[in-house]
Amino acid sequence: MKFRKGIQKAQDIRLNMTAMIDIVFQLLVFFIMTFKITAMEADFNVRMPLASEQVARPDEVLPTVIRVNLRAGGDRHIAGVDVDNEIQSMTFDQSDMFQRLTEFVERTLAREGDASTAPEVEVEFTIAEALRYKYTVMAMEAVSGKVLPDGTTKRLIEKIKFRSPN
Amino acid sequence: MRFHRKKKEIMEADLTPMIDMTFQLIAFFMIIINFSEVDRAEEIMLPTSRIAKPPEVLPDYRVILNLNEDGSLIFDGQRVERIEFIGSLLRREVSAAARVRVKPGDVSVIIRGHQETPTGLVQRLMAKCQEHELESFSLRVKEER
Repeated sequence: MKFRKGIQKAQDIRLNMTAMIDIVFQLLVFFIMTFKITAMEADFNVRMPLASEQVARPDEVLPTVIRVNLRAGGDRHIAGVDVDNEIQSMTFDQSDMFQRLTEFVERTLAREGDASTAPEVEVEFTIAEALRYKYTVMAMEAVSGKVLPDGTTKRLIEKIKFRSPN
Repeated sequence: MRFHRKKKEIMEADLTPMIDMTFQLIAFFMIIINFSEVDRAEEIMLPTSRIAKPPEVLPDYRVILNLNEDGSLIFDGQRVERIEFIGSLLRREVSAAARVRVKPGDVSVIIRGHQETPTGLVQRLMAKCQEHELESFSLRVKEER
């Protein structure tokens, strides 16, 4: 058997990268130009079931309802909050009204006791039509929970309803 | 006078690290790019909240309604001048949800309301949605840290 004499010369194969680099840079520029930093968004859930003709069963435990009325004042700012939990009703119209609303909700929940045995507590809002939406959200925040000094959140009421404007 | 002829040398930079980095940057931007911009109207300033948290589970079907301060709406990139005119669009969404077997009651209506909007408009929008049997609402806020 005959072998070729000598060593084959190593061939230097080179790829032309120019076209690929062009495309890659164009893609990079596109992504950089379309990049937008957006703030995280979150939700408050509100369930507004349609009115039904279903009658509550006699053994059914009805939830305790905290009624919250938000009043609008001059320039559509909030004027005051009226609360009623079927036992006591109160009015808050100082600057710390939302904090007082949270305390009222906490007292109501403490009275109702353990969530597993006590009927549910829900909040029904009646809101002045002209009131700026940010105050509605502040009131919803006040009944939904509160931020504790250690930074954790204490959850209060999940069930929130809006009374239909009529 | 004698001149020395210089030997021509081909100078080639090693492009490998640059290409690596560029591909990593492209991958990064591709992952974080947000294609849902059409649902958001940037001119709407949402109210802020420290309590609200982003939803952990995405709804089966959602409708995002952007409500401006003047009562006009931006829905699916279209501008609707008044709340009363949104009926046909809601009907279309309810039919689209039914095609993927989602009942109107399970459709999540996300309301992105401007913080200065009169609350009455938000309630009117909800009432309009209720006419189309939509009853699950989420009021969207900006998360405050």
